[in-house]
Amino acid sequence: MMNELGTIVGQIIITMLSAILVENLVLSRFLGMCPFLGVTQKTSTAAGMGIAVAAVLMIVAALAWIVNVTLLVPNNLEFLQTMSYILIIAAVVQFLETVLRKFIPPLYKALGIYLPLITTNCAVLGIPLINTQRGYDFGMTLVYTLGAGLGFAMALVLFSGVRERMAKSDIPASLQGVSGALFAATLVSMSFFGFQGLFAK
Amino acid sequence: MNNFFVHFAIPALILGGLGLVLGLILAYSAKAFAVKIDERIKFVRSVLPGANCGACGQAGCEAFAEAAVEGKVKPSGCPVGGEAVAKNVAAILGVELGDTVSTVARVACGGTIAVSRLKYSYDGIKSCAAATALHNGPKTCAFGCLGFGDCVAACPFDAIVIENGVARIVEEKCRSCEACVAACPKKLISMVPRGKNFVVACKSTQKGPATKKACDVGCIACSKCVKVCPHDAITVTNNLARIDPALCQNCGECVKVCPTDAIREIGGVLRVEGKAV
Repeated sequence: MMNELGTIVGQIIITMLSAILVENLVLSRFLGMCPFLGVTQKTSTAAGMGIAVAAVLMIVAALAWIVNVTLLVPNNLEFLQTMSYILIIAAVVQFLETVLRKFIPPLYKALGIYLPLITTNCAVLGIPLINTQRGYDFGMTLVYTLGAGLGFAMALVLFSGVRERMAKSDIPASLQGVSGALFAATLVSMSFFGFQGLFAK
Repeated sequence: MNNFFVHFAIPALILGGLGLVLGLILAYSAKAFAVKIDERIKFVRSVLPGANCGACGQAGCEAFAEAAVEGKVKPSGCPVGGEAVAKNVAAILGVELGDTVSTVARVACGGTIAVSRLKYSYDGIKSCAAATALHNGPKTCAFGCLGFGDCVAACPFDAIVIENGVARIVEEKCRSCEACVAACPKKLISMVPRGKNFVVACKSTQKGPATKKACDVGCIACSKCVKVCPHDAITVTNNLARIDPALCQNCGECVKVCPTDAIREIGGVLRVEGKAV
């Protein structure tokens, strides 16, 4: 009994850590590059966006799993996965926007344009598809999604720190702005490749 | 027939049904969680300057308009728009306009290149924030203006110039948005009411001899100004004289007795020769 529990906990921890570090959404899978470059000028907005995406991811992944298992798979309609996931994402983001506006106006204002933009964030579509592809059950779906969301938020916050430092540095004129940011993103991404093989099977 | 049903009708029904259910939820939530928006906010917003500078203490013009409609801030709360905007806002809200005291930014340092000394030669990034990180900057006085112009870059109205290594506010251009106050790493810039012409151009809280060693025009806390001021507007705390703008009557007695020219009249001429303003 204890042994079984230990295996499950171990599996959860490994899935979580590999979602955060080894398979980091932005830095290893290169999903969600738009907010990664767009909202990382300041740490505060980067953290806000990261948490918003993580929250949306959790809700979307759970709903997508339910829709997939109850509606699509029994009817042999797996080819509708992408389309129905997009539908779910759009509805969830829209719903969140209304709810946030009513109950947490400061957060609604802070996120501003980025909240509707989550709809078109490929990371949000990518995670439910990956979950389905790997055949995770409901629990593992939530664990992996939470890890992916945290990894996304962490990547954004880390990179915003780099960019805040770069803003005060003396960098050549041709490398100021987006081009320099892309170089920095490359280096951060390369450093994350050091995690490859961390959990070798 | 059966084939048609399996391949087209069921997928269409499922996807359509999913869309319908989600759509109904959204329609319901839009009604249930609707936020009533006061339409006066839109009107107030339209008469504001729209620079989103945040000088009013709100997150931007939109936030100010909202706060004004809710009565959290006064119509005169927009320092950039000044009296004209305040009147418009008050008219829209139908309230009395309070007194508006226009303010202007002041730099509390007079340590130009000629009168101050350096402790090392700085050849780094031309930014006060960067220089400050290195032993409080190259100036011997740890409190003085470094003159790299972080405030100049922050000013949206081109109201700041660097003259002889020290920032100076062009008062006619200053719209008191306080962007410079936030930008100065030495916290030398503060807002004072317009029309108060006398200022202690020093922020050094070191003891007199140390201040004197670093800069010719620093405040050495001799307290002569405190004694001579007929309106009790000057106090000395932490080895530094301060003029209370609420009490100052612009009589100028303090300037006459200040031995180091730390107190000066804005736009006036220095008495001591060889000390450039």
